[in-house]
Amino acid sequence: MGFLKNRVAILSFGFIALIALLAIFAPWITHYSYEEQNILERLQGPSLQHWMGTDTLGRDLFSRIIYGARMSLAVGIITTLAALVIGTCVGALAGYRGGWVDDLLMRFVDMIYIFPSVLLAILVMIFLGRGFTGILVALSITAWVTQARLVRGQMIQIRELPYIEAARAVGVSPLRLITRHILPNLIGTIIVSMTIQIPTQIMSESFLSFIGLGLQPPYSSWGTLAQEGFRAMQSYPHLILFPGSVLFVTLLAFHFVGEGLQT
Amino acid sequence: MAGYLLRRILSAVPTLFLLVTLTFFLLRLAPGGPFDSDQAWPPEIQAHILHKYELDRPLSVQFVHWLQGLKNADLGESFQYLDRSVTEIVGQTLPNSLLLGGGALVLSILFGIILGSLSAWKHSGVLDRVISMILVSGLSLPSYLLASLLILIFSLWLNWLPPALWESPVSMVLPVITLAWRPMAMIGSLTRRSMIETFKADYIRTAYGKGLAPVQVIFKHALKNSLIPVISLLGPIAANLVTGSFLVESVFQIPGIGKYFVQAVINRDYPLVMGITLVYGVILLSSNLMTDLLSAWADPRIRI
Repeated sequence: MGFLKNRVAILSFGFIALIALLAIFAPWITHYSYEEQNILERLQGPSLQHWMGTDTLGRDLFSRIIYGARMSLAVGIITTLAALVIGTCVGALAGYRGGWVDDLLMRFVDMIYIFPSVLLAILVMIFLGRGFTGILVALSITAWVTQARLVRGQMIQIRELPYIEAARAVGVSPLRLITRHILPNLIGTIIVSMTIQIPTQIMSESFLSFIGLGLQPPYSSWGTLAQEGFRAMQSYPHLILFPGSVLFVTLLAFHFVGEGLQT
Repeated sequence: MAGYLLRRILSAVPTLFLLVTLTFFLLRLAPGGPFDSDQAWPPEIQAHILHKYELDRPLSVQFVHWLQGLKNADLGESFQYLDRSVTEIVGQTLPNSLLLGGGALVLSILFGIILGSLSAWKHSGVLDRVISMILVSGLSLPSYLLASLLILIFSLWLNWLPPALWESPVSMVLPVITLAWRPMAMIGSLTRRSMIETFKADYIRTAYGKGLAPVQVIFKHALKNSLIPVISLLGPIAANLVTGSFLVESVFQIPGIGKYFVQAVINRDYPLVMGITLVYGVILLSSNLMTDLLSAWADPRIRI
């Protein structure tokens, strides 16, 4: 297993695990709430009391970042899982059945594939409102097609292998054949594609929130924090540098984990 | 060839139609309207405004009307910018965005190919590690963090370049770099990977065997074939530049089409959103077509 020998990948995995733990146990880790305002302590730089300083309303930035991690990671993971389930089902069906089912499904997939996905995401976001449900649907709606293409391609290859023919010959039903004999062989491919998809989705969410078309208060994510921070950047650069850097390092860590898994 | 071109253009029409139809209905059915304000207007005034912009008529009638206008290149009048037609706004803002996007495209291709080739040539060396690090981080770097760092360092601390606006060529440096960074990393990583593969090919060994200098081998033999996969990136890069321009133009206060688009969506300026969406649809679909044509031209194995 190359992964365990790859120190960068192990470190990166550790970093992601750390961020995830901080996000899950946020209320026990920081004694500041993410919305607790303290006007007397506004716009402070990093200190022992406030590790990453405070924002324009005197809220502790470190707390806001680990609460923001909840939103950013949740959006990344949930939309990736949704895309995974839909994409795998469609891809597996198209690849296994072939013929007109394949033609029909892939025609549809191709159409969504060339569709400008950010424009669609913005529209869906506006239509459903700039909240949690909105961002989940907006980011899942186009992401599944990549997965569908991937699974279909693999399916077509595996379908022809002798052990599948053998299983079919002894009368295994198609559903059981797909779920028990084919999909387990795809797990490696699927996990690697997830390490690319999750950071892409986290990045998209923060992009939309930053330009003001993504999440809006009371929801807060790394993107909304960066948007607030950018306005005060001139005098208080820590407000954008901290959330931006945490996002950067997290995305980088996902990249290295993915690279480690592929070797 | 002509047949292929015609077929591709014809198949783009339904996609474009679907795009504008979805945009039209999702936008108008979405909560909030262009003339919602904090103060409630008297009902007569409200009704009058809605009537003036035909917002009191059924959606289907409005949509047919919009399509009819399209035939005469009339995209309607903006709700937000009084007395300015959408065509006029697009005409004024699109050149700025094309200049920004074009500059970023040239910069990203140039540096992407140079960095990628250098990295592949010195594969596993120190230079390769440094360049790979730059390319990998370029893919993960959020563009707002890059923009902030550039503004902080070059505008606020060193005072070399203006932090915003679009006036002199100097003011274009930071936005173009911000927009080009990610595409550069995409091109660089792919060039590197593809060139490392090419270096293993027999004809490269032959070229070295003939006694050619490394520079000649890289530029005359290896680079040409390594660029074929890179051409396929042009479609995704066009999409990247369009979305990137939303952020870059907003951050640097550039009067481009991307900044107007974001504002128009927030203000529910329906005609302006529709007009710009149409322009984006045409840009993205034609860059996909261009990518396929270029790939076929560069690689004789691809037949169209």
